[in-house]
Amino acid sequence: MIKNFLIGLVLASFVYMFYNLYESYEPKTELTGIAAHYAENGAKEVGAANLVTAVVVTYRGFDTMGEVTILFLTASIIGFFLKLSKADEDRVIVHKGTSELLITSSQILVPIIFLFGIYVFMNGHLTPGGGFQGGAIIASGIALSIMANPNREINHHAILWIESLSGIAFVMLGILGLALAGGFLDNRFINLGTFGDLFSAGAIPLIYSVIGLKVGAEISNILNKYQKSQKES
Amino acid sequence: MEYLNLGKISLLISFILIIIGFWGILSQKNIIKIIISFTILDTGINILIVALGWIQGRTAPIIDGSVEQAANHNVLNSIVDPVPQALVLTAIVIGFGVTALLLAYAMKLFRAKRTLEINQFNDLKW
Repeated sequence: MIKNFLIGLVLASFVYMFYNLYESYEPKTELTGIAAHYAENGAKEVGAANLVTAVVVTYRGFDTMGEVTILFLTASIIGFFLKLSKADEDRVIVHKGTSELLITSSQILVPIIFLFGIYVFMNGHLTPGGGFQGGAIIASGIALSIMANPNREINHHAILWIESLSGIAFVMLGILGLALAGGFLDNRFINLGTFGDLFSAGAIPLIYSVIGLKVGAEISNILNKYQKSQKES
Repeated sequence: MEYLNLGKISLLISFILIIIGFWGILSQKNIIKIIISFTILDTGINILIVALGWIQGRTAPIIDGSVEQAANHNVLNSIVDPVPQALVLTAIVIGFGVTALLLAYAMKLFRAKRTLEINQFNDLKW
């Protein structure tokens, strides 16, 4: 009884706070401060048509590196947490087969999903996409293939190598920006090219492809850990 | 419809989602339901941040034909704020990480007691 009352009190105070915010809200009418600077100079300085990409990859590149680090940390903690004992590791569980519909559709769809993921992260500087979205799409293809065949073993070493190499490549591209252009993760050490082309905006397509591969490998790694932990007795 | 514009509607939806999320976290007993409440709370906060960057009558911050036709080729007067959208991209990834960790904990807790009812985990209660 007292618990329900306390929950009601917390929620009522939230409602009160949000009501005041809602009442006093006035939509913005123009860009101000740093957003105006990005809108005015983003296309000229960075060369990316998608200004969100320009902000994420170049202006706030450190932020993105922290983000990738957090994902890596999550994958490592889950790996540590769901670690199997030696006996469980060697156990073989044969799952029941899934439906014919899922198996056939996954054979057709998984390559197309991978291709779409690669398209999304290659075009991150032109279209509403990017490394994180593309990586998540690639991992969803892996999730579909696991669902279609629960006995499938994902190649652990391949995931590990892709993840490590793309992480190193990301930091190396950042250091190249520091050495050859204005600062860490500056994209201008490659020629900016024609605005709106696939190979434009300097190093942004490279950086976003590396991020996409890393995110895809990390999410697949997490899926792999979840799948394997079924063996735990 | 001067009063209820798109910004206010998204603000209202985000507040409702945030309150539903808090209610679920505080009152649900099943661990999976608590995790789902966390994701609803996440979604509400993300909608709130994007809604704060919205400006009436403008388009997405991607410079292409539609931006150049609007407002006499002036980017400054034809796009919404790109910074909240970039921040929400970060927030979505962090939300993913939190959800993945919570699910791993839920799996471990289920292995320990064969139940997902949070009332059963009273070892640290006195």
